[in-house]
Amino acid sequence: MSPRITVVCGSGGVGKTTTSAAIGLAAARAGERVLVVTVDPARRLAQALGAGEIGHEPVSIECDGPGTLQVSMLDTKAGWDSLIRRHARDAATAERILRNPLYDNITSRFVDSHDYIAMEQVNELSGRGDLDLVVIDTPPSRNALDLLDAPRRMREFFGGRLLQWLTLPYRSRVLSLASRPFLQIADRLLGAKFLGDIVEFFTLLQSMEAGFVRRARDVEALLTSERVQFTVVTTAEPAASTEALHLVSELRARRYDVERIVVNRVEPTPGSPAESLPGAPEVASRAQMTHEAPALSALADIRHAHGRRTATAARHAARVSALAAAGARVTVVNESRADVGAGALEEIATVVSRG
Amino acid sequence: MACALALRAAREGRRTLLVEMDAKGSAAASLGIPPAGYEPVVAAENLWVMSMDTENSLREYLRIHLRIPFVTRLGPLASTFDFVADAAPGVREVLAVGKVCWEVREGNYDLVVVDAEASGHIVAQISSPRTIKSLVPRGPLRDQTTWMLDILDDPARTGVVVVTTAEELPVTETGALVVRLRAETRTDVACIVVNGLEPGVGADAAALAADPWFSGLCPEHARSATAAAARAATQEACVPELVTAAPGVPLVRVPVHDATGRGLAELVGGDLP
Repeated sequence: MSPRITVVCGSGGVGKTTTSAAIGLAAARAGERVLVVTVDPARRLAQALGAGEIGHEPVSIECDGPGTLQVSMLDTKAGWDSLIRRHARDAATAERILRNPLYDNITSRFVDSHDYIAMEQVNELSGRGDLDLVVIDTPPSRNALDLLDAPRRMREFFGGRLLQWLTLPYRSRVLSLASRPFLQIADRLLGAKFLGDIVEFFTLLQSMEAGFVRRARDVEALLTSERVQFTVVTTAEPAASTEALHLVSELRARRYDVERIVVNRVEPTPGSPAESLPGAPEVASRAQMTHEAPALSALADIRHAHGRRTATAARHAARVSALAAAGARVTVVNESRADVGAGALEEIATVVSRG
Repeated sequence: MACALALRAAREGRRTLLVEMDAKGSAAASLGIPPAGYEPVVAAENLWVMSMDTENSLREYLRIHLRIPFVTRLGPLASTFDFVADAAPGVREVLAVGKVCWEVREGNYDLVVVDAEASGHIVAQISSPRTIKSLVPRGPLRDQTTWMLDILDDPARTGVVVVTTAEELPVTETGALVVRLRAETRTDVACIVVNGLEPGVGADAAALAADPWFSGLCPEHARSATAAAARAATQEACVPELVTAAPGVPLVRVPVHDATGRGLAELVGGDLP
């Protein structure tokens, strides 16, 4: 049996990592064998889960339940290294790529490269027979969609004319570098040595084209299969929830299964908003104040605090209904005092397991 | 926050350019104008808004620096651009940063405010001239990085304003960002803005909310006051972590608000660079 996969996505700072851990925790408590792959080395999350430190190797977490919970961290560099080793024609080619000065830069600096490795992990873990559920926490992309397009872009990159042109001088000695106008401009911009490094690097990469393209296609196919579900995490704040709505519709347009939307840090609507506050003289006499001024200012403080809470709750309620109208199951997690930590984690785990 | 800074500077009479890096048009929306393109548009007196677009930046760069005439056929240019941007690390970033530095160098504006992308990307952008310098042994692009670095490394000309909220994760990320900026760039961190601070309630109000007589009379108000006080305390507890993570960087506190752009400009205190 292959595991089900839940991909957790959303914009940065909405509690994605905590939510991923909470989904894993809830499933483990229900008796499943779960692996959570996080991208965020947040120490507090490790603490909240009761683990010392989370590294690239999976760590087992106590979950007071019949299932098991393991957590590991995504390792972009190691992911690339193993991809290169797998697809390279031979060990010598792999070594040449790994030693190219551009390699580290490309694997560590490109935002896209994290995205691609995260998606590659989905593929890698989908074959694990010893797991029931894999929860993938996704990197904070500038645009969460970059993540999903990463395999396609990787495929297009290899299949594209760009790489053909780029490696042309190496494949056909008849054409010199300078004979192509586009390379001429690039040459003037970057200098011949740098250009040479680039051409060598991509020529080596191109030798792995077939492997990469096949792999990227596998990942794309897997993402649309029924084994993979997406959870979109957001808060009820305007920027995050607008982004979440956009993300849901784009996911659907790609025929991915959006299983649920988790809305974190929602301020619940106050129970009885129509309360009448006591007057200042009453408060002053009760608190044995000699003047009414402190009573007045205390009442004003309270009125303002209540006004802020009511306004926030109303704003959040409107956002939650807008998200609910998107059609996916909406799970609302009320504002908790802890942001990341045992409190928030428990709260989300409980709410998520309720359905 | 970037809008607020830009607006404030503009109101003080400085010619200000606001550059939106992520091309989502949110800065323009916040100022109540339609999304801006690569060509700056006027948003208010002394305030121009533009949206970064690396392809246009490359086009302009080629025209100005290499005297390559305006390329009318988009095809070859687009391919060249794709080539440059996809293949060469740091090039896409340096085109964006380069355009910003160019506007500074030319003195077209008194202040250029950049609404940067997510924190993970900003270090790559600011360090891109140095990346290029270390990878490209010679050539015009390398030469260009020298004056860019002069501007970026000068605390009198360039400063990073890091905006955060007083919550656990953002505070941790802010600390990590400042550490990375200091390790990987020589650009000055001008200040950290702590946004959305809950003002809380005074001691008298907290005592009143805790009084069973009062909370019996109006429980929701009491709850609101208690929650506000608790949140203010939680937020306040995060602040020392910011000070530890970024020693010597001034903190600017901005209370919670519903304001965007124009309204926020009024709220931002006087001690921003």
